[in-house]
Amino acid sequence: MHTEGHAVCLPEDIDTDVVIAGRYLRTRDRSIWATHVFEDLDPGLAPRLKGAVIIAGKNFGCGSSREQAAIAIREAGVVAVIAPSFARIFFRNAINVGLPLIEADISCTDGSAIAFNLAQGWVDVAGKRHDVPTLSPRMQEILAAGGLVAFWRKHR
Amino acid sequence: MSTLSERILNAPAGEYVDRKVDRAYACDGTGLLALEAWKNMGASRLADATEFSIIFDHIAPANNTTTATLQHELREFAKSSFMNFSDIGCGICHQLMSEGVVLPGEIVIGADSHSVTLGAFGAFASGVGATDMAAIWLTGETWFRVPATIAVHLEGRFTGAAEAKDLALAYVGELGTDGATYQSLEFVGDGTKDLSIDERLVLSNLSVEAGAKAGLFYADDVTVRYLKERGHAVKPQVPETCTYLRDLEFDLSDIVPLIAVPHRVDTVKPVDELAGLPLDQVFVGTCTNGRYSDLARLARIIKGNKVAVRTIVVPASAAVLTQAIRTGVLADIVEAGCTIGTPGCGPCLGAHMGVLGEEEVCLSTANRNFKNRMGVGGEIYLSSVATAAASALEGEITVPEVA
Repeated sequence: MHTEGHAVCLPEDIDTDVVIAGRYLRTRDRSIWATHVFEDLDPGLAPRLKGAVIIAGKNFGCGSSREQAAIAIREAGVVAVIAPSFARIFFRNAINVGLPLIEADISCTDGSAIAFNLAQGWVDVAGKRHDVPTLSPRMQEILAAGGLVAFWRKHR
Repeated sequence: MSTLSERILNAPAGEYVDRKVDRAYACDGTGLLALEAWKNMGASRLADATEFSIIFDHIAPANNTTTATLQHELREFAKSSFMNFSDIGCGICHQLMSEGVVLPGEIVIGADSHSVTLGAFGAFASGVGATDMAAIWLTGETWFRVPATIAVHLEGRFTGAAEAKDLALAYVGELGTDGATYQSLEFVGDGTKDLSIDERLVLSNLSVEAGAKAGLFYADDVTVRYLKERGHAVKPQVPETCTYLRDLEFDLSDIVPLIAVPHRVDTVKPVDELAGLPLDQVFVGTCTNGRYSDLARLARIIKGNKVAVRTIVVPASAAVLTQAIRTGVLADIVEAGCTIGTPGCGPCLGAHMGVLGEEEVCLSTANRNFKNRMGVGGEIYLSSVATAAASALEGEITVPEVA
């Protein structure tokens, strides 16, 4: 099974303060995070994220451990994030909230058609196939369950 | 032969392992999300073998009704679940854990990125997000990919006004914000011997700004003495010959006062290149530089003078505040015109207690200067306490003269 989306290009070293600012953290209303995601980078970005595959530069998600960053991206409708590297806490958080990540250095054109298959390890960019590393078996299991909460609900 | 991370995690670099967590702590921000995740996992009781804590530090006291209501819920949970609970004003989670709690060789997980601070004691200390914390509450364990290690070799002693923060900015500048991603740092060499626990905490604290999973010192005589004074008998950790992924070398006597300029921690310049830049605020505090030794240093420099710009000082913990009151350091700071905040994170994350206005410039002793972090349109420069103190007196970035 593969997933599809349209590319949204972002620069390198996107920090979690830029993903969702500290001033929006204290709420339980997840739609607030989705509305204000990437606001300090580009206030017009959030509405374009429905069905998007973010293709970013290296070190995506650096900085704070705030899980709201991964949740905000997922809640905004992003289907996956592709970057050459991710900050490690963001990496764990994304998998834990069911947001697929792909570690790959792929050149990005805004709006191009992206397809990917996590289990088989490939990304298709406007018809061109790239092999990418697969996630560890544990991470694939967590993602397949829909995140770590669902994983533990099933396994405990 | 193994690195300290490999020894504590008991597996070679690159391997995925599940390990029991000795201590796990969350703060008011991550704790709330963790509680929600924990409930949704269907959990009802905590794992037995792990020591759990919840510490209110990020927005403490609460800044509005929404925060207060959310904190009320977490406070009730912390009490009813019999976790160790530290309410507003006790201090920053990492600082409380450093005051005779974390011990060498432990696996310590905090739901905050600066949990790496506790590597100063020879513990494997790392940060996670809220759902990982919830899973630790449930199982007492978590998974790790055992990191490869970058060695930071230190020799010599600091001279002039240079301090541990300047060295920290120097190594982050050299590694870059992702230079140690997925890896650990180990601080080794003769230069570590003279470093106090406070200085080690600063160096471990900044390791996450280079992307590191952990930043460790080997427990030595300094560690043993510090923990003995706090009621713990521990043994030093003896380094083994081991293979490092990469080696950095610093002579402490070469370190000069540095500043990280907006909006990256790895964009580091000597203070003299920025001298004269006007400031709207100086902030001394945080899990990087809010300890008693920092407040004492600040007081030494500003005592008997008046600050020329609004200066916010936030002690890292109630113990720090108490000591500063007892010794008169706090009076010196207040008499010099500074204002004091409740022990905790203060304005570092831009939620309260000293956020910046648009186009305002702040010199801060914290560890992050990301865009808009302390308020939309505000600019953050990061420095040592000595640089912050000298600059507060002039109202502009100033090269510190005294050590």
